[in-house]
Amino acid sequence: MSCECGKTCAPVDSPENACTSEDKAKCGCGPSKADTPPITGKNFTATRNACKLCAPLGACLAFRGIEGCLPFLHGSQGCATYIRRYMISHFREPMDIASSNFGEESVVFGGRGNLNEGLKHVIEGYKPEVIGIATTCLAETIGDDVGMYVKDFIKGNKDTISMPHLLHVSTPSYAGSHADGYQWAVRAIVDQLAVDGPNEKFIGIFPGMVSPADLRHLRDILSDFGMPFSIVPDYSDPLDGPVWGEYHKIPAGGTPVSEISKLGRASAVIELASTISEKQSAATLLDERFSTAAFRVGLPIGIRQSDAFFKVLEQITGESIPDHHESERGRLIDAYVDGHKYTFGKKVVIYGEEDYVVGLTAFCAEIGLKPVLCASGGKSGRLKSCIQDAAPELDPETEILEGIDFAEIEEAVTHLKPDLLIGNSKGFSLSRKTGTPLIRVGFPIHDRVSGSRTLHLGYKGAQRLFDTIVDKLMELKQDSNDIGYTYI
Amino acid sequence: MSDKTINLLEKRKRQIHEGGEFVMEAEKQSLAGSVSQRSCSFCGSRVVLYPIADALHVVHGPIGCASYTWDIRGSLSSGPELHRLSFSTDMQEKDVIYGGEGKLYNALVELIEEYNPNAAFIYTTCIIGVIGDDVQAVCKKVQNEKGIPVIAVDSEGFKGSKKEGYKAACDALFKIVGTDDATETIPKSINILGDFNIAGEIWVIKDYYERMGVEVVCSVSGDGRVEDIRKAGRAQLNIVQCSGSVSNLAKMLETEYGTPMMRASYFGIEDMSKALYDVADFFNDDEMYEAAARVIQEEVTKLVPRLAPYRKDLKGKKAAVYTGGAFKVFSLVRSLKTIGMDVVIAGSQTGSVEDYKMLMELCDPGTVILDDTNPLELAKYVKEKDVDLFIGGVKERPIAFKLGIGFCDHNHERKECLAGFIGMLNFAAEVHSSVMSPVWQFAPRRANR
Repeated sequence: MSCECGKTCAPVDSPENACTSEDKAKCGCGPSKADTPPITGKNFTATRNACKLCAPLGACLAFRGIEGCLPFLHGSQGCATYIRRYMISHFREPMDIASSNFGEESVVFGGRGNLNEGLKHVIEGYKPEVIGIATTCLAETIGDDVGMYVKDFIKGNKDTISMPHLLHVSTPSYAGSHADGYQWAVRAIVDQLAVDGPNEKFIGIFPGMVSPADLRHLRDILSDFGMPFSIVPDYSDPLDGPVWGEYHKIPAGGTPVSEISKLGRASAVIELASTISEKQSAATLLDERFSTAAFRVGLPIGIRQSDAFFKVLEQITGESIPDHHESERGRLIDAYVDGHKYTFGKKVVIYGEEDYVVGLTAFCAEIGLKPVLCASGGKSGRLKSCIQDAAPELDPETEILEGIDFAEIEEAVTHLKPDLLIGNSKGFSLSRKTGTPLIRVGFPIHDRVSGSRTLHLGYKGAQRLFDTIVDKLMELKQDSNDIGYTYI
Repeated sequence: MSDKTINLLEKRKRQIHEGGEFVMEAEKQSLAGSVSQRSCSFCGSRVVLYPIADALHVVHGPIGCASYTWDIRGSLSSGPELHRLSFSTDMQEKDVIYGGEGKLYNALVELIEEYNPNAAFIYTTCIIGVIGDDVQAVCKKVQNEKGIPVIAVDSEGFKGSKKEGYKAACDALFKIVGTDDATETIPKSINILGDFNIAGEIWVIKDYYERMGVEVVCSVSGDGRVEDIRKAGRAQLNIVQCSGSVSNLAKMLETEYGTPMMRASYFGIEDMSKALYDVADFFNDDEMYEAAARVIQEEVTKLVPRLAPYRKDLKGKKAAVYTGGAFKVFSLVRSLKTIGMDVVIAGSQTGSVEDYKMLMELCDPGTVILDDTNPLELAKYVKEKDVDLFIGGVKERPIAFKLGIGFCDHNHERKECLAGFIGMLNFAAEVHSSVMSPVWQFAPRRANR
């Protein structure tokens, strides 16, 4: 590809051929000072303080939600270690991830030997019921065919080893973020485990990358509807469990394989997602393969999104919303009324995984907050349309940006001067620098103890979010005057 | 799914010493599937260079490696804080197919123009070597255009454990040494190598040396500056802390500039005092020796009575220690003795057979010594030995907490200054605050007593 400056832009065959800043300014073939977008400052080729993580992290999280499953990364040791560290700092729970430990010879000759050896050691040491194998960018780049390796491993060892279920997913980090990695893994889990059979009366739920508290609340809601259900995956117990007397090689809990295998025979499945593609969707796969009734609703954050979720449950079960939830809804609206003056017109910047941003924006819009920037490091191409669908009252001028990083969010915040930031703890440094208070939600929350217990979903989750936000706004109002009002 | 017995993998047994004849092995590639607590070469390079505060640190690769190392450590700077930002070329599929050189070039030029760093380090990640990017050539071009050192760090993760990454970082640092005009040796001067200024520790150590009349030319890399690294060849002595991270730089300085090196540790009263006396001995200067003695006396006189209450509570309690490098373990064993505690499990990710032999001699008989261990082995031994405290990093913390055991973070993420004499006091307070917490009474392992 060549351009007006007479040089090769991208890809380049040698550095000498790369455009200089001057070249780019002349012909506009790349970012330059001339085309400065108003909100996020200059365009940078580099990602500065990324607002996303790599795909294998999402896959490890999904695998952690399968009962008896040990996540396994096919690649170098560091990937597993970094991801463990990152997740432990949020969940504050053991998070063992095995690695096939590539060395230089694995890169030259392929990683099959390391994968086989690694699987044997994991089976011997952990005795898992399931091993969830995700590929790193290295394994993908050298072209390791993990699907084939796994098949051969089973064939070659099934007589001598008590073989766990071996699931595998391709998660090249250059092709998507952690949110994509999570979805790819969930779809792969379903793809490799679900089998045909007679229909059964139960609901399958694909909850998305939500918190253990959210998963627990979903369990409560579904239990109250009285129909059997299966949440896939459910890491609420493995990643928010009790203190132990004996060490558990693999923490108890998670969705059993037996439940996942019959998902195609469920009365219906519900996928809590907005921006994911059909190719990423486990519900779509079940629909296509087994004609399972598949529903998709956005993450039920706030009243309207929760209403949509409850409505689907009513439709599937034929039961009306349990009293207990109806009254929770009523109390929530009452609270909205009590607090509406504090929220009205206050400007907020919302960031995080795309589906979270959609849900949070819809919630903020319905309580009178004014989202001025909705941003994600993800790049689905659907963020804007999904937000506009979920929050119709949103000012059409609201900036909705994909593929953003925290340096750009910081520039936007400096420009937009919001009252609050709503997102994960990685926004803290810009919150501190710009003096904008941060409401911590989602993943990760590395600087508070409550990451696992942060509830977002349902009327109860909306109540917690509403109280947190309004309390913060009242506190700001109280602290920002000299009088010291004791009633606000 | 609870397992009362955790069996050791056959291939791991020779990296564990449980007493008896000493036949350990070490410095091996981690066993595939063993869930090693180790990291990769990239991590090693990133650890060593990270605290250089006026340099640009750019990770060339897909996003993960940059995301997971963004503002990860408590390394403080007295001035610029460029090291706390995370930059990545964030390689996408098309970059992997067609090569990332152009992207790297553009990224570097823009970042250097924006942030005006005094140098730039470009960390190569796993796939960069595989796709054949000529990172050296890009760096050279940018260096020529921008007039600052732009240095490729060969830190592909698969090249080995942290140790190989340390070496790549030292090679990168050595390219900066000697790039200033002056050559004369600075009298009574040292470089502090292998301290990362976690919670301001290097400022504490520097203060002691300065009170002795010693000039600190350069610190690698805590509170590090490119200008100081240029001068590193002009110091008379290199003090090397941390088991291996910066040893290679010290060796290169010895070969190239004839600067001798000396090992030191700043943790605990004994090792901290020795680190000061050794320097005075090296310069063979009576006045300096007396000054060192004065510093130590002043500090220890203040410290000892304040340690007493902690020691009273902690006496006889048992500890497990597992760190990255082995050298720190020695200091921790001694520090724990100072507050009355016994080490019953000790180990490291990257120690050598000689290190473990020394460790065995330093510890009480029956102490379990572990090389490159994993969560299951750690869980097995902390249960068997019934420890009250675990000292390690973030990855070890949940093992301790799940089993109802106190924990002290002694890794790079900690926010407490644990070096120097004041660090010994902070260490005692930190250990005390965990071991003596009333919450353990509710943990199953204590509740059943």
